[in-house]
Order: sequence, then structure tokens, then C-alpha cells
Amino acid sequence: MSTYFITISTFIAIQAIVAYGLNIIVGYAGQISLGHAAFFGIGAYSAGILATKGGLSFWAALPLVLLICGVLGVILGLPSLRVREDFLAITTIGINFIVEAVFLYVPFFGGAMGLGGIPKIVLFGTRLKGESLFALCLACLAIVILLCRWFTKSWAGLGCRAIASDETAASSMGISPVRFKLLAFVLGTVIAGLGGALYAHRMGFITPADFGFPVSTMMLSIIVLGGIGTLWGPLLGAVILGALPELFRPLADYRMLLYGALLLLMVRFQPGGLLGEASILKNILARMKGGNGNAR
Amino acid sequence: MLLSVSDLSVAYAGVTAVSGASFSVKEGELVSIIGANGAGKTSILNAVMGLVPSAGGRIEFDGADVTRLPPHIRARRKMRIVPERARVFAHLTVRDNLLVGAYGLRRTIDLDRKLSWLYGFFPILEERSSQPARTLSGGEQQQLSIARALISDPKLLLVDEISMGLMPKLVETVFEALRDLNREHGITILLVEQNALASLRISNRGYVLEAGRIALEGTAESLVRDEGVREAYLGI
Ligand SMILES: Nc1ncnc2c1ncn2[C@@H]1O[C@H](COP(=O)(O)OP(=O)(O)OP(=O)(O)O)[C@@H](O)[C@H]1O
Ligand SMILES: [Mg+2]
Repeated sequence: MSTYFITISTFIAIQAIVAYGLNIIVGYAGQISLGHAAFFGIGAYSAGILATKGGLSFWAALPLVLLICGVLGVILGLPSLRVREDFLAITTIGINFIVEAVFLYVPFFGGAMGLGGIPKIVLFGTRLKGESLFALCLACLAIVILLCRWFTKSWAGLGCRAIASDETAASSMGISPVRFKLLAFVLGTVIAGLGGALYAHRMGFITPADFGFPVSTMMLSIIVLGGIGTLWGPLLGAVILGALPELFRPLADYRMLLYGALLLLMVRFQPGGLLGEASILKNILARMKGGNGNAR
Repeated sequence: MLLSVSDLSVAYAGVTAVSGASFSVKEGELVSIIGANGAGKTSILNAVMGLVPSAGGRIEFDGADVTRLPPHIRARRKMRIVPERARVFAHLTVRDNLLVGAYGLRRTIDLDRKLSWLYGFFPILEERSSQPARTLSGGEQQQLSIARALISDPKLLLVDEISMGLMPKLVETVFEALRDLNREHGITILLVEQNALASLRISNRGYVLEAGRIALEGTAESLVRDEGVREAYLGI
């Protein structure tokens, strides 16, 4: 039971990391991305190949992995960010399918058989698994949350939020829309890459389907459920969506249906997410603190 | 000449909104463009700011051709717009709205002094500084929009229909504020208005826009005295 709990929790932590990346793109910069799993996959495959074919340790490879995700984020993001918003959704879906296809059909990446033999992460001479790996994932998650917190309070974060709110008005105040959208996009892809690297070493074996469009949908569901653009929303969403199928086993086979239904329900009844502005949960929390329901 | 626009045309999907408009604003001036609904006033201002592409003509600002520059570059050269219907950042706090206005300028301006100067002008903004901007009334949003533009110390302030949706008393206050900014603080202003009398009263010069063309120009006094203008725009 305990190992099982650790296994699930580790996955939840990794998913939360990836979702935080998406939250920067969608929540802070207002750019809809339906292909976030592509960058999760690029991180995982980069880490896997650098470890198996390059013989690098997780730590030596990590900067390279993040760099690869950042550079590919720029290359794939730049043309998408120049198109109109409704196209962006479609372009990012396209990116997801193309990246998945590359992993699937280019033999270098192991094809449909996937990429195996990825070693465990070694820290201070010990191979991390179970609790110690979970601790590492939690530490990475904490760093990501701190980074997000810093970002929302920074000038760059303010620029992104202004663009998300009114791009025309922001641009007439000296803020370059493309530059800030790209900044948010790349930050998001780099964070997804970190999640991917952890995932690859955790699994030891990865396949293209681990990073398909359904995974992107799940990431989006996580942040919509928790609260788009909030600091704790992605974590809450990841915990709920990660735990639900485990608590209710029969649900596991209907995961996609569950995510779809949740997305629809949230958009209909709580568009701001569980932790969004004026949400039911926030009002209850505020009331418990003794403030009135509308306190910010 | 701080702003000099020659032969400007603006078209939307082939339909011409402004054709061959030429006008200019000298440093330190307050100039009005007046015209009826749909005359093309907003189109002109947006083209000057770069928010809509110009279909023809040339826009010179501060000695350089800016016709093909994107809005954020024009903004960095210290041109600012108070757009039609304010367009504040709804979910950002009042204070954050003002900070966005000062984006990239924190090294060149004294932010705290600027903020307290603006709060002096518009006390309501200080009172509401940590509230989201969407909770402000229409008139308060207009004030925020002006303050957000002013915080950057603009060389040229473009103001689009500032009186829209304001009660008469407030219209007077806002126009007085604009005159003060121009006369006391030396800010050059290009004003676009339907409220012809109020805007001409504080202006040095004016242009009358009719169906996308400049029909008349002159000093503010001469326009106020002009028979045609009085009949068409001043309701006298
Ligand atoms: N985005 C647009 N697409 C198509 N036509 C437009 C667009 N914006 C303005 N127009 C048209 O261009 C003409 C000029 O509009 P503009 O907004 O410049 O007028 P205005 O003088 O500012 O009017 P108002 O006093 O009502 O604000 C109008 O006929 C309008 O219908
Ligand atoms: Mg207008």
C-alpha cells in the first residue's frame, strides 16, 4: 500500500510540474495550448537518449534537456504565436501530433517499441527510487511553484498578464506581444521538459503514446479544474485528477470521459476553476477564516 | 512639428474609413479633431498609434517616419493613447494597470513620485488602488486610462472620446484636467471628440472631419465662430 501510495504520488508530482508549465502559457499569458504533452515528451526523450545513447547522468543531461525544450519551444512556438488565437489551438494540436509521430516513426527514438533502459537517477551515490525519488520530484515541484510565484510578481509576469487581458492596449504601452507570449511559451515548455526528464528516469521505459494528445487534454483539464492562472490550482487539479481514478478503480477505464465531463462542468459552472476568483471553494475558505465570502 | 500626418488613409476590408487626411501637431499644442459618429476619428487615432494599419500616407513622429512601426515601438518613443472606452486591464488591480503604463521605464522615471502625482490628480485611483480595474465605474475607468498613459511622461498624448459616458460635471473636470496637463505640464495632446464645444474650448487648433476627409481646419476660436461648424456640431 505504501509503495503504491508513493508511486501514485510521484506521478501526481510530475504531472503537477508539467501542468505548472502549461499554466504559465494559458493562465498567465492567455495563449491556449492544446499540445503541451509534446514538450513533456521532448523532455522525456531528450533525457532518455542522453542517458542511454549519450551515457550522461540525469544531472549532466538536465541543462541540455531544458535547453533543447527551450530551443524547440522557440522554434515551434514562434510561428504559432504569430497566428490568430483560434488558430493557436489548432497549431498546437498539430505540434503534438507531429512530435508524437516523430518519436513513433524515426528509428533513432525507438519507434513504437519505445525507448528503454533509462537508468535511475543517482544522487550522492544512491540510486533514487520510492521515497527518495518522490522527494526529488517534490523538491522540483517546489522549485517550479516558487518560480511561478516569482514570475507573477515580476515585471515580465505583469507584461504577460497585461497582454492576456488586452493585447492591443498592452502593445500601445510599449509591450511587445510576440516577445512576451514567446517568453511565457518557452518558460512553459522548459518546465514541461523538466517533468519529462523526471518521468523518463522514473519509468525507465517510455513510448510515444505517453505524450499523445490525450495527455495534453489531461494537462488542460488539470489547470481548468484547479483554476487557470492561479498559483495553487495546478497542484490541486493534479492531485484530484491523479487520485480520482485510483480511488474509484472502475473510473480508470473512463479517464478521458471523466476529464471531458469535468472540463465541460467546470467551464459551465466554475469557469475560474476551484481556486479561481469568486469560486465556491474560495468562498468557503474565506468564510472559515472568518472573513466574508467575497474577501480577496 | 512633433506629429505630422500626410495623406493618411485607413480602410477596413476594402471599405475606406479615412481618405487623404493631413494634419499636424506642434510641440506644446492641444489640437482637436471633431466629427460626427463614424466620421473616422477613432480610425485616425488608431492609425497614428499603429493599432490599425494605414492604407496609404505617411506618419512622422518626433522627426522620424513611424508609418511602418508596430505600436509598441511607437509607444517606446513616448507616444501614448487613451483609447475609446478606456480599455483598462480588467483583471489587474488599479495599481498594476498604472505599472503596466510605466513598463520598461522604471529606470528613467521616479515611479513613486509619478504615482503620488497621479493620485493627486485622480484621488479615486489611490482609494481603489488594490481593487481589480473592472470594479471601477465607467468614468473611473476613463480616469485610470488617462493616468495609465500619463505615468510614462508621454511626448504626445492621443485621447479618444474622453467624454463618452461621463456625466456633464465630470466631462468638465476631465477637460480641465487635460487643459492643465497641456498648459501647466507641457504635454502635447491630440484630442478626438464628438463633444465639439468642450474640446474646442480648451484647444489651440482644430480639424473638422467629415466622412473620412478633413473638411475644415483652423484655430479653435475661428472654428467656434464658423457658421457651418456652429450649425453642424455645436448645436447653436
Ligand atoms: N474594425 C472595423 N471594421 C470595419 N469597419 C470599421 C471598423 N472600425 C470602424 N469601421 C468603420 O469605419 C468608419 C469610421 O469609424 P470610426 O470608429 O473611425 O469613427 P468615429 O469617428 O470614431 O465614430 P464615433 O464617434 O462613433 O466613435 C465607420 O463607418 C465604421 O463603421
Ligand atoms: Mg470613435
